[in-house]
Amino acid sequence: MNIGVALALLGAVLAALFAGIGSAIGVGLAGEAAAGVVTEEPSSFSKVLLLQLLPGTQGIYGLLIGFVTLTQIGVMGGSSDISIIKGALYLAACLPMAFVGYKSAISQGKASVASIGLVAKRPDQFGKAMIFPAMVETYAILALLISILAIFGIGGMAV
Amino acid sequence: MAVVSMKKALICGMKKDRRAVLDFLQRQGVLEISAGMEDDAIFQKKDALSDKTEQEREAALAQQALEVLNQYAPEEKGLLASFAGREILSVEQYDEMRGRDAETREVIQKILNLSKEMGELRGRLPKLEQQREELVPWSALDIPLDFEGTQNTRAFIGSFPEQLSPESLAQALAEQTEAPVEISLVSSSKIQSCYFLLCGVQDAPAVEEALKAMGLQKAPPSPVTPAQRSRELTEETERVQEEMRQREKELADLASWRKSIKFYQDDHRMQAEKLDVLGNLSQSRSVFLISGYVPEPRTDVLERELSQRFDVYTEFSEPAEDEDVPVLLHNNKFSEPVEGIVEGYSLPGKGEPDPTAVTAPFYYILFGLMLSDAAYGLILVGACAFAMKKCPHMEAGMRKTLRMFLYCGISTIFWGLMFGSFFGDAVNVIATTFFNRPDIRLAPLWFEPVSLPMKMLVFSFCLGIIHLFTGLAVKLVTLLKSGDVTDSIYDVIFWYMLVGGCIVFLLTMPMLTNMLELSFTLPAPVGIGSAIIAGIGLVGIILTSGRESRNWGKRLLKGIYGAYGVTSYLSDILSYSRLLALGLATSVISTVFNQLGSMLGNSIPGIILFVLVFLIGHTLNLAINAMGAYVHTNRLQYVEFFGKFYDGGGRKFQPFAVHTKYYNVKEDIQS
Repeated sequence: MNIGVALALLGAVLAALFAGIGSAIGVGLAGEAAAGVVTEEPSSFSKVLLLQLLPGTQGIYGLLIGFVTLTQIGVMGGSSDISIIKGALYLAACLPMAFVGYKSAISQGKASVASIGLVAKRPDQFGKAMIFPAMVETYAILALLISILAIFGIGGMAV
Repeated sequence: MAVVSMKKALICGMKKDRRAVLDFLQRQGVLEISAGMEDDAIFQKKDALSDKTEQEREAALAQQALEVLNQYAPEEKGLLASFAGREILSVEQYDEMRGRDAETREVIQKILNLSKEMGELRGRLPKLEQQREELVPWSALDIPLDFEGTQNTRAFIGSFPEQLSPESLAQALAEQTEAPVEISLVSSSKIQSCYFLLCGVQDAPAVEEALKAMGLQKAPPSPVTPAQRSRELTEETERVQEEMRQREKELADLASWRKSIKFYQDDHRMQAEKLDVLGNLSQSRSVFLISGYVPEPRTDVLERELSQRFDVYTEFSEPAEDEDVPVLLHNNKFSEPVEGIVEGYSLPGKGEPDPTAVTAPFYYILFGLMLSDAAYGLILVGACAFAMKKCPHMEAGMRKTLRMFLYCGISTIFWGLMFGSFFGDAVNVIATTFFNRPDIRLAPLWFEPVSLPMKMLVFSFCLGIIHLFTGLAVKLVTLLKSGDVTDSIYDVIFWYMLVGGCIVFLLTMPMLTNMLELSFTLPAPVGIGSAIIAGIGLVGIILTSGRESRNWGKRLLKGIYGAYGVTSYLSDILSYSRLLALGLATSVISTVFNQLGSMLGNSIPGIILFVLVFLIGHTLNLAINAMGAYVHTNRLQYVEFFGKFYDGGGRKFQPFAVHTKYYNVKEDIQS
């Protein structure tokens, strides 16, 4: 074990940590609103459940980045001997997912709350209600993309 | 394959046939009734509101009765109950069930009465319980609680709201009155002390005064001893419980009427809807008029059937230009399932084509790419096919949705095989862990996105460009069809030139092709050519996008703003990177679960752990990623694709039909 692995592991953990916390907050916010709607209108359960789950994907993306990093640095088995620079690179590569995942999940949770309100008043507008939170998710996806491309890229670098 | 054209229908019949014609139309469900003409001297509308309210009340009573039944005799529901749809009745069955209307009404009343009695009985229980509890402190007393004394004595039976010993009571009493009082403690606790006090008749007023001042509360009066009273109360409770059981059983026995009550509710709801229509009919003394919209393909059958059955005159005409004609979509089996998605956005507005046919193939492809696991696809296909086969009476909308997921599942299987994913890398993990054969794996037919993410990204962008350009092409066709050739050049061709030219130009730059890991770089002359095309497009857009402005300065500014829209194309194309992201999410999470499951290696606990983790993990992964694929496919369609050509704003065709909850009435006619 060396500092390089520690840095890379820190990155993996940060990605899972922050994206996970963000999703937990977002899904929690939406869950409160969803439960309120279901007390009045039990039949809309499946719709509001879907809306509640939308901010949950950031946590999954965080897990994804964390897992890919762990595999790349050999923590999941195999040799884990990487340089300090490489470890720092992995750490940096994980940061987009950590930060964007955290903030976008919370914002998406708020958008979901609003959309749940929309579905409660106009159940026929479900298709549109779903899109508003999904717009926020785009940025989590872009962050995921950069993180994952960077991690795969670093794997092939000779530093 | 498009929006069904609508005809305006005018049906004129004899008043005696009025109800029969409405019954027939309701069962056919092909006519959307529109508001009739204004009242005049001959034709007037007849108010049917009070009748309608009456019917709705009946339906509501039936609903209440069903709720009561569900409380006491819950209905058994199968796993597929939510898919099952309404049972179909023939006209004969319908008439037969209607014959039991009065009987059913009685049963409904009986159920509601029983439920009310149950409520009253239930309300008595806590009261009895409370009375019994009040007696507990007095249980040691062996005389009735309303005992007032003998000829020469006066008794006070009551409690003080505190813990009070006989000594301190005697002392307190002595301070107030000199009369001798016999004190006996019945029971004492922290919150109250119960006493039986006896004094001479002559002292009674003084003692009563004193006790009142000390806060004596009289015991609950009863003509029998507390123990006797308590027994009586227990018996009373048992009697009430017995009566409740009896009524519960009666209610449970009435559950066999559930079907009839459901039918009763449906029937009265239908009647209410019919009366609603009836109230809007223009009627003269012997003639009535119905006007509304009918899908054109149904006009012939409707006219023939109507004239065969009744003395009616039917006329069809083209709706006027400014009329708000309802929209009905009709597509082939392949694209029909996606109609629901289009409707979720908005139905085509006036003069717009139905986008379902172009949306459908992209929908299936994009969904499949995002889920991209052959096993998950198989599960999806299997589940949808099973539900569809098991529930032949499924509602049309639900059937469409299931068929859509069935097709999406087929696409998922296809892409899963292309990318070599079957429960992630389960094949390889199982072979390695349990059979020690690391060489066995499901080879991708094309490539593995996890190992070649760049290739997948480029593929996603290419698909995105095709998707967007198809959207533009639809706009082009629509404009050409309506004869706006110049508009089609300004709004579509110039954009093709600009965006297409830019993309080709970028491909001539080695920096970009290296980054995207492409094996080729287009030669420089192509770059010059594409730059020129993009330039023409750009100039064209700047000159024409503000063409409604007369002022040239304003027009150019608007044009430059229009050209700025090219950035939206950039973000639109980048948005397709979600195909890569979601596809990776599915496969990486499957891999995580497979690895977790195989941690204990090839042993009995290892196999148990693997099965457990495998089942739970993949169920979870399938649920989350299928949801993600659904949401993000919709987003790509709604935002990126529809944004290029589709506005919507149409109103859904809502025919006068059998809108019931449990039963559907079908009248077979030869078409």
